Amino acid sequence: MKILVCISKTPDTTAKIAFTDNNTKFAGDGVQWIINPYDEWYALVRAIELKEADASTVIHLVTVGAADAEPIIRKALALGGDEAIRINAESQDSFYIAAQIAEVAKQGGYDLIFTGKETIDYNGSSIGGMLAELLNLPYVSLAEKFTIEGTTATIEREIDGGTETNTVQLPVVVSCQKGVAEQRIPNMKGIMSARTKPLKVVEPTAVDALTAVVSFDLPPAKAGVKLVPADNPEELVRLLHEEAKAF
Amino acid sequence: MSVLIFIDHADGHIRKAAIEAACYGAKIAEQTGTTAEAILLGSTPADAAALGQYGIKKVHTVNDASLNTLDAQVYTKVIADAATTTGATVIVFSNNIVGKAVAPRLSARLKAGLVTGAVALPDTGNGFVVKKNVFSGKAFANVSINTAVKIIALNPNAYPVTASEGTAEVVAFSTTVDSPKIQVTATSKVEGDVPLTEAEIVVSGGRGLKGPENWGLVTDLAKALGAATACSRPVADVHWRPHHEHVGQTGIAIAPNLYIAIGISGAIQHLAGVNRSKTIVVINKDPEAPFFKAADYGIVGDAFEVVPKITEAVKKIKGI
Repeated sequence: MKILVCISKTPDTTAKIAFTDNNTKFAGDGVQWIINPYDEWYALVRAIELKEADASTVIHLVTVGAADAEPIIRKALALGGDEAIRINAESQDSFYIAAQIAEVAKQGGYDLIFTGKETIDYNGSSIGGMLAELLNLPYVSLAEKFTIEGTTATIEREIDGGTETNTVQLPVVVSCQKGVAEQRIPNMKGIMSARTKPLKVVEPTAVDALTAVVSFDLPPAKAGVKLVPADNPEELVRLLHEEAKAF
Repeated sequence: MSVLIFIDHADGHIRKAAIEAACYGAKIAEQTGTTAEAILLGSTPADAAALGQYGIKKVHTVNDASLNTLDAQVYTKVIADAATTTGATVIVFSNNIVGKAVAPRLSARLKAGLVTGAVALPDTGNGFVVKKNVFSGKAFANVSINTAVKIIALNPNAYPVTASEGTAEVVAFSTTVDSPKIQVTATSKVEGDVPLTEAEIVVSGGRGLKGPENWGLVTDLAKALGAATACSRPVADVHWRPHHEHVGQTGIAIAPNLYIAIGISGAIQHLAGVNRSKTIVVINKDPEAPFFKAADYGIVGDAFEVVPKITEAVKKIKGI
């Protein structure tokens, strides 16, 4: 079985969010970059588990980014995966990224394509669905469990207020979230072997982005907390009811 | 020309998030001088014509039983057909589970620019710019959609519902429905639960509650308020509560009217998931808890003493 895992580079969850160039660019200087948690903890780790269960499985990682994305893709290779492909382009919008990955996927003949459910920076939740459409494949989103038997995947996906079990024939595109796998820490052997794993760089295909970020805003600051004494919780309820009209 | 709104429904009722999308789409139709029409897949809910109250003129239904379960590929084809037939220039989804599965596919199929997680009406003064959440609620991006057909997935609880008089014309939309490649073999659902993303009020608990046996504090208050319950990540990680209740950066992002955090310190990742709530109340015994900086109201005190009194006071006001 051949699996493609889509990897994105995002600022660390504790990074300070600020903007430069007249609020048109994320202030990335001094920010710690990580593998998007959904891509790493769930999509990648589940792919590795599938390989552990069936050694003939091949895992490829793909990312769209400039050379500064390489430490991230090496870190992903340290967790597992056989080789990585970096599409040498600055990401423009979700469609641009999905179209680039679709080109790689068409050539690779993958049985399974995993993405995280969204990136924690753009929060688009779009790459998996777009990729599936461009490849004319079924798409199961928000997977919480993923198992495979022969060429049939069984997936528990989130629905409002519960879960639903889907079965689908490979190939399929799946977006992964909590439940699919548990976060792992790369070990020394993985880190050493990642250095020599193939990391192919391919040039992007010509695709027009459909959208563009014009500017960023930060939410307005809160006016400040109104504290109510602990011995008078009834006052809090009164304020919520009469002042905030919150219930 | 039209603004076409995808209407998500479950158990015979149109979802609240879909009604918000209908109001939002109707306003865009007004802004752009077109009409608001809706597309509704699967067994038609009884309240379809009532979408007229929210500004929808015409509801196109595809009453095909195979559409009662989601296969994004099948949905996309049908919605694309409806978009073509109605001459849709803007297509609106709720940015919920179904919307997140279908809108991106439709975007790729129609080569129509997509903004997910929209929080405001598009600015059509100079192009077509939509404000969306980014950095998990820590910032907004203003995104220009540069294609003739535009797709927007609206965040739940981001646009107010306004109802007036009106009945929509309900018409059957005729198209071929492909057979699904995805089979649904089981469904497990907690009955009667308000989906967390749609809840008006959310009561949430953290490690300060010391153990799952104390969760009655949270659920009693939630019950009195008619609220949904949630928790912080550490609580979900140690399985005190199911992980679909985990709100925060790597869990669910919510924007209720009222968010009450009990025994949650307010780590930056947690705040990212809840800071769009209209009113935030924090109850914590640690006056240094970072959550107080993001709160509107707070009590520095012992949750085990304070919360039952709050529950009683709420019941008194509500007469229950």
